[in-house]
This record gives sequence, structure tokens and C-alpha cells, in this order.
Amino acid sequence: MAEQRRSPDSPSRRRFLGYLLAAPTLAIGVQLIDPQSADAAIPSPPQPEDLFDLGDLQNLAAAPTAGLISVQVNADGTASFAMHRAEVGQGMTTSVAMMIAEEMDLPLDKVIVTLADARPELLMNQLTGGSNSTRSIYLPVRTAAAIARQQLVAAAAKQWNVTPTTLSTANGMVSDPSGRTATYGSLTTAAASATTMQVSVPALKSPSQFTILGTPQNRIDAHDIVTGRKRFGMDLQVPGALPTMVARPPTINGTVVSVNNSAAVKAMPGVTDIAVLSHGVAVRAQTFGQCIDAIQALQVTWGAGTVDNQSDASVLAALKAAELPLIVPPLLAQTVDAEFTFAFASNSPLEPDNAIADVRAGSAEIWSSLKVPITAQEEIAAMLGLPQSAVKVHVVQGGGSFGRHLFHDVALEAAEASKKMGKPVKLSWSRTDDFRQGRTHPMCTSRVRANILLGNVVTYEQRHTSVQTDFSHGLGEMITATAASLPIAGNLSFAESIFELSQSSPYNFGVTTQLLNEVPLAFNTGSMRNIYSPNVVCAQELVVDQIANRMHLDPVVFRRQYLKNSRLLAVLNKAAQVGNWGAKLPAGIAQGVGVHAEYQAAIACLVEIDCTPATVNRQIPNAVTGPRVTKAVIVVDPGFAINPRGLEAQMIGGMNDAIALALTSSLHMQHGIPLEGSWDNYFYTRQWNTPLDMQVVIMPNTSTSPSGAGELAVAPSFAAIACAYARATGKLPTSFPINHGTLSFTPYPLEPSTPQSPTDGLVNTF
Amino acid sequence: MSSHTFVLNGTQVTVEADDNVRLLWVLRDLLGVTGPKYGCGLEVCKACTSHINGKAFNPCSVPVSQIKPTDEITTIEGLAATVGQDLHPMQQAWLDTDVAQCGYCQPGQIMTAVAKVKQAKADGRTLTDDDLDQIRNICRCGTYSRIRAAIKAGAQHM
Repeated sequence: MAEQRRSPDSPSRRRFLGYLLAAPTLAIGVQLIDPQSADAAIPSPPQPEDLFDLGDLQNLAAAPTAGLISVQVNADGTASFAMHRAEVGQGMTTSVAMMIAEEMDLPLDKVIVTLADARPELLMNQLTGGSNSTRSIYLPVRTAAAIARQQLVAAAAKQWNVTPTTLSTANGMVSDPSGRTATYGSLTTAAASATTMQVSVPALKSPSQFTILGTPQNRIDAHDIVTGRKRFGMDLQVPGALPTMVARPPTINGTVVSVNNSAAVKAMPGVTDIAVLSHGVAVRAQTFGQCIDAIQALQVTWGAGTVDNQSDASVLAALKAAELPLIVPPLLAQTVDAEFTFAFASNSPLEPDNAIADVRAGSAEIWSSLKVPITAQEEIAAMLGLPQSAVKVHVVQGGGSFGRHLFHDVALEAAEASKKMGKPVKLSWSRTDDFRQGRTHPMCTSRVRANILLGNVVTYEQRHTSVQTDFSHGLGEMITATAASLPIAGNLSFAESIFELSQSSPYNFGVTTQLLNEVPLAFNTGSMRNIYSPNVVCAQELVVDQIANRMHLDPVVFRRQYLKNSRLLAVLNKAAQVGNWGAKLPAGIAQGVGVHAEYQAAIACLVEIDCTPATVNRQIPNAVTGPRVTKAVIVVDPGFAINPRGLEAQMIGGMNDAIALALTSSLHMQHGIPLEGSWDNYFYTRQWNTPLDMQVVIMPNTSTSPSGAGELAVAPSFAAIACAYARATGKLPTSFPINHGTLSFTPYPLEPSTPQSPTDGLVNTF
Repeated sequence: MSSHTFVLNGTQVTVEADDNVRLLWVLRDLLGVTGPKYGCGLEVCKACTSHINGKAFNPCSVPVSQIKPTDEITTIEGLAATVGQDLHPMQQAWLDTDVAQCGYCQPGQIMTAVAKVKQAKADGRTLTDDDLDQIRNICRCGTYSRIRAAIKAGAQHM
């Protein structure tokens, strides 16, 4: 675009310092100088999440260090950016490439986005989570790209002896009115600086000038993915880093008392090393298959774990005992009282947790998919007894995360194994390890009471009680560091703070309180996509339908009357229209809706569920069938949709997560360990569960800023499915997933901890 | 250790491995062919799905000793060459639909899709939603509706 058409009112002019970095080709750095300017909040309802949400907290924590990011322009005309966020499928690399391409007037395929190593100087600005990445790097990355373009224009102007304002840029080239052109690649050396110096910050494009941002784009790694070239952590090859797996105890966090046949196992084909680790016995071999063979053979005496006496029933009893009281007394017939239980769930992605570690005498190098690499670096250094600067941590592409990679358990374990064996290792958890010893979304209950008086809802109380969620991956430090800035009264725990910052009732229900209490049981827990919201919102929306029913109002009509947010009202109305709310359906088939506001976005979901016997009892081998969501409509107001195609993908994924959480997927905790050991035990949504009719509607932009999207769809989809199920069956479901009471598989033995692979693969070809 | 010979993506290979090692590890750990993914090693997740003599199978569950010298193993890396193109029509459909999220399951999904379409064609019928319901490959990102759309589109060009 022409140099003089840039908007002078861009927010970036006031918020960033720009630097020309000392480098052989053009390299631009930016630093944020106005940390208090968070995203515009939606209009002012009373609860903290609406005023200042978790993403704003992350923006605030990121502010002092956001500046240290840089864009480089290479001699081949490409631009490079090492992204300080993880890519685990959420499409961040594509969104960031779009930002750079847009502001530089560079074709999208000329932008190379890699993942930055752990950079301790970034402190909390290297955490990928809370659907915050796009929100917090949208302006800094665009600003760096705009400065790069400005410096290339300046270099061309100098070479041609003209003023920069006469020049324009397009397609990776600078041109003048006579038609003279120069590629960015040809200008980058001239534009470079031998010393680091501050440069002026140009205006960013206004949204009306966008040609890439806001348009649907495919993932930049799509070609590599479909040809098998994309390298995930599991695919990396580091010299000497042989496959390593761990034989594990039969209960969570059990210990090793003794290994009783190490010589025999060490003599097995392919096996090179055995080492006793904190929570298992590591075997290093030529192939992962031979590690699995060794795990079958190992004879180990195990010590107790941390929750050996705990099973589903005992955990539920502990939760019930810890529930905070409801304060408003029931007003007899005018009260809706309900309580819901949500089973343990696994946040394991498809790629098993894995890490490569090469620990030497005075240094270590780690490769793993890490969403908080700085914390990983600190803890690995502490475990190895090395200074943090001696541990190099590379963030690699992850095959999904869903919260799992907020923690670095596998990287720490790989470092321990490498240290004890004195050799590099490529350590992978087995699928069974991932389900049985990996982190979980903990069991929780949600108790709700609403009082209706004179045709109005006057109180809404929700008491959420959960096994403690582990936030020790760094969010805690972020809250401590910014505590004074948070609009939350009192001295709340980290988890309570997260809860308060992420939860708010979207309804005008008079006196509203939503509180969290946690039970400190020593399970391995962590955030799962959308943290508390799927459970809290599911309970809330089920109760909303109950209230509506009590008041003889249709669920959509009722929500229209009580929603306090106009963006939510708009998405609800759109969903009702597109989804044909109120359509006449056969008995056993029903619709449900759910609405949710989080991450500064608004979303409504409408589903139809088929609970007829013919569908519920359909037969697919080794499958959980049951009720089927046959139609799903998701209407999202994302503020500004950076990449509508990627946004749609996140919505579809969130719906399929919700189908699993509502209907089929859970962990059965028994005597200190989950029974689940494979994907045919843990029933994540499969093709036979997914709706054939899936529609995503993206509302026209309501903002110039993107909201968070990666986790957004899970909660309202879960709620809509639960509400539809209640209406289809005429019974309020109170325990999720609805099939949790039936164990639909034969559990693998607890020992060996990883089952042997089958041998009948050639019998099952098709 | 013994020698095992087979045809991998059009080229004859010989590899030293114990008979019992599953083909997945021979491909990934010994031959460096990483398109077939490890997702469970239990013949459940289907992330390693590849083709043997044109049929879909899971190398995680086949000891390498069961592979014959004449067997033709095709992984995602060799799929396009089976139709003499840079991209197989199913890979192109995957791009056109922007199916992938993290991408980890997608090589297996594409290999399953190609086999499913061929199977239906061999039976003289077109692929139905019931056929697609039988696909077991896990996509933990939940891209299922785009997978279905891409399979239907890809089938048009096979």
C-alpha cells in the first residue's frame, strides 16, 4: 500500500518503542511502553470476569517484556519470526504469519514462523494458555512488521534518492510511481544496522485496509502435514537420543522400592540402559518396541503412591463434605435447587508426551512441546543442579495439548533419565501412561440454587467444589506479580483467582454469587481446555432451563429476557434462527441451547440430540455409541476474526470436545489409578459420535481486537448438549458424562504398566 | 537380529531388526520414516495407518517378520507417487478443506480415507455416511466434520 495511506491514529504509535537491531540483514524489535492499556472491556456488569478477565491478567503480566520480540527480513525476501508461544494445533503460527504479511505487504507464504527457545528474559510472556496468545501479541507483532516495512521503504528511498512518501509496497516489493521496483530481499542488507538504535514507530493499517487479516486462510503448515513432513517432537532425531520408556507403578505417583531383574532386562535385545527414576524404571533401547518388551519383562517392587486409597466414590464424598454453604434459604416452591457431578477427565493429546534430553556434565539441552518453557527450564536446571542459563530448552511442534503441555513432567523425567544414564534419550510416555499417570481435569461438583419471586429470578448461587487444580506451571507467579492490579477483593488462592477471573453469570438474576472451594488431594491435575467453564456453564445452563420451565417460558425466550450482554443476545438470536429453534421434532429428539461470554468473546450453541432407542443402541464394534448429537450450530462473536477459517476450526474442535465431556469420555478412578488405558477406553468423540450437520456462523466484527478463541466453544457446547439431553429424555442429567456409571470396556492390567502391542495387524486390513 | 527386506514407498529396503519388533518402530526408529505416527501402539488410535499392498493396516501391530520381501508398504510419504502426482487427490482435498489442526493424526486419516474410498469402489458403490461412521481414527483436535467433507471431495477425484 502507499506509504501516506497509513492511519495516523493507530494505537501502536503510542504504545511501542521500535528498535533497529544490530544484524547483517534488517531486524526489528519492539517494546511495549504502555502496559495498562488492556483490551476494551465489554460493558460493565458486576462480576470480575466481565471487567477484567484472565486474558487481561496475562496481557498485564506480559506487558513489561512484550517488547523483546523481533522480525527479521532475509536476503531471499522472506521474513522470519521466532514465536514466543507454542503451536499445538490452535493455528497461532498461521495467525502470526498473517499479521506479519499484512503489515509488511508480503505474501503469506514468504513468512516463516518458528517456535522460540525458552527465553527467561520474557518471564511470563512465554506462557501459551487462557486463549490469550493472539490477544497479547496482536499489536506487538504487527508493529514490528510495520517498522520492518518502513525501514525497507526508507532504504529504497535512499537508494533512489526520493522521499519515502512517494513510494509504495506490495507483494514483497517497494515501487515508485515510475514503476521502478526493488524486492525486500535486495533491500534488507542496506536497511540493516551495525548497531542497535531506536527508530520511529509507524502507524499500523486500519482494519479497512486489511487484505490478509480478517480473510480465511489455510494453515501455513498444511502441506507439510498432509505429506507427512511436519516434524513433531516424537519425530525429531537428535544424535544418540535413543528411544526410552518407563515402567510405572500400579498407582499414581508410586515409587520404586527395588528392581529385581535388571541384569536380565539389560541383556534383552536392543536394550542399552536401565535407570531408576523418581516414579518408574526407565529403559533405553534401539526402538520403542524393545522398550515396551523390556517393560513386559521388568520385575519391580513398587512403593505406595499418593492417592492409593482414593476411588471415584471416596473423592466424591470428599467433595460433598467440602461444599461451601448456600446462603439464601430456599423459598419453597419458588426455588430451583440442583447439584451436578463431573467425573475426572484426561487432557491427553494424541501425540504421547515426549521429550528429548541430552544432559552433559555442565549443561543440558531439551526438546519438547512446552507451553511454559521458562518454568520448565527453571525446574529442570534445579533438578540437575545446573544454573538456568546452562539448560537450553527448545520448544517443538506439539500434536495437540488441551492443557497437558502447560506442565513439563515428561521433559523433567527425560532430563532425569539422561542424567542417570549419562546418555541422550528420547523419552516417550506410552498411551497408557498418558491416561493413567498423566494430568487430569479433576472431579468436581457444582451446586446451584436460584430463587424466583413475583415472576423474577432474585438470587442465583453456584458453589463449585473441585479436587485441587494444579496451577504451579507459572500462572500463580503471574497473579502474585500483578495482585495489586486485580479487581478482586480479599486474599484469594491462585485457583480462586483464576475462577473469579474466568467465571461470570451472563444473566440478570439479582444477587449472584459463584464460589469455588478446592479439596487438596494429591492427584496429578492441571488445566484442561477451558478450565472450570465447561462444568460451571453446563450446570448454570441446565438450571436456567429449569427456571425457564418453572416460569413456563421457552428456553430461548427466557434467555432473551434475562441476558445482560447485547453481544450474547445477538449470537443467541442468530443461533436460534440458523438452527431453526423450536422446530417440531420426533419424540426422543430435542434441541438445546447454551450461551457463554469469556475471553472478551460471545458465543451461543444450539444442538439437536437423538436419544431414540434405534440411535442409542446402534452397534459399532468396541465403541460407545449412545445418544448422538445430530446437528450443531455455533454462532461466535470473536471481536475481530483474524482468520475466520482457523476460528471455525477451533469452534468445531470445541464442540467435539464437549460431546465427549457430556456423553462419553471420563476416567474411572479406582484404588489410586484410572482404569482407562487406551482410546477405546477413554471415549473421546469418534466419527460415530460426531454430528453430520455442523455449522459455524461468525458474526460481523464487533471490535478491532481479536478475542480468545481456542477454548471458547467447549463450555457453551457442553451446556447445549446437556440441555438438549434433558429435554429429549425428560430427565435432568446430574452426572457427567452421562455414561460414566457404566464401565464400557475391560481394563488393561495395571502391570505391566504399558501393554504389549498386538500382532494381528495383517488380519485387520481393509 | 535378522535381515528383513520389503518394498517401502516404491524402493526395496533391507533392515536389520529382531523378528518381533513391530513394523512401526522399524519404520520410525530404524529407517527414519516418521509419517506414520505413534498414538497408542495398541491398534486403536490408527495414527500409524499405512498401506500394505494397497490395503490399510496398522504397522504398530505387525511384527516385522510377518512382512514378505514382495510386500509393498506405502506410508504417507509415498502416497502421492502411487498416482504419479505431487499430491494424491485425497491430500489435495485435505488442503482444499483445511482439515488439519495440530496435524498429528492426519497422515493416518488420509491413508484410511484412501483405503475406504477404494474399498467402496471395489464393492461398486459410493461411500456413505455409515461408512464414514466406521472410521476409527482418533482426531483429538476434533476436526471430524472437515475430515468427512474432505473424504467426500477427494473421492470425486479418485
